[in-house]
Amino acid sequence: MHAAVIVFPGSNCDRDMKVAFENVGAKVSMVWHKDTEMPAGVDVIGVPGGFSFGDYLRCGAIAANSPICQSVKAHADKGGYVLGICNGFQVLTETGLLPGVLLRNSGLKYVCKALDLKVETSNSAYTSGYNAGTTITIPIAHHDGNYYADDDTLARLNDEDRVAFRYVENPNGSQQDIAGILSENRRVLGMMPHPERMAEETHGNTEGATLFTSLVGSLETA
Amino acid sequence: MKARVHVMLKNGVLDPQGEAVRHALGSLGFDGVEGVRQGKIIELDLTETDPGKAKETVTAMCEKLLANTVIESYSVEIA
Repeated sequence: MHAAVIVFPGSNCDRDMKVAFENVGAKVSMVWHKDTEMPAGVDVIGVPGGFSFGDYLRCGAIAANSPICQSVKAHADKGGYVLGICNGFQVLTETGLLPGVLLRNSGLKYVCKALDLKVETSNSAYTSGYNAGTTITIPIAHHDGNYYADDDTLARLNDEDRVAFRYVENPNGSQQDIAGILSENRRVLGMMPHPERMAEETHGNTEGATLFTSLVGSLETA
Repeated sequence: MKARVHVMLKNGVLDPQGEAVRHALGSLGFDGVEGVRQGKIIELDLTETDPGKAKETVTAMCEKLLANTVIESYSVEIA
């Protein structure tokens, strides 16, 4: 599997994401935001966490309009896989690849801690290695992770089984405790928690690594 | 030509920052503040001299970048 990890000015989880992909056997190319094309043969694009462009204007808004994002959209439009974590999730909502938006945390504080997530669906390449209903412990680290979408969008996400993860205890005011969502074709996943930070024994547990293992497994059998 | 864009969260979208400001005003003794909504103003210096065209361009800027219309509304003033 060949993964591309996008690097924006202010990305700070790009190398963690690279390591998580490499640990499950993927070849990884780091791709600079000013590039306009993906390297040949990319299967998965990772949009990492951080504070792209200093979170100016709105989180992810400037990054979503950077040159490389046209290629990210084109990749998704032709059925490619895109994984956005934390700031990457914010970028994906700003590009319109995922619905809704991430608002300022309702408690107004930056929240950085490991917490419990419920895996809501195993019906995606990312979550096929989990049993739906399982609780996993994954860290969050964000100031703007309060998921908001209108009622129709929320109803659609639920009806189409597109909520991938929910918080067991809501840390940020997200509607319906939503922590991660899938696109209509289930190939784009955006999530605020950081699976790449719970991917090795030294991290505390490896429950985040399952996401990367599942993805590689799904792609290799596809 | 100058343009001024006002961006506000739409009604019904929770504004945690506005709420924090409301609480702070209350604790300073300013009673009777029932709600606070915080938005932003963006000023642009444009080379365009035609007000109609300027408004059209700035509206396109709002749709594409300056506002996220999922949660925000905007208005454009040309001066």
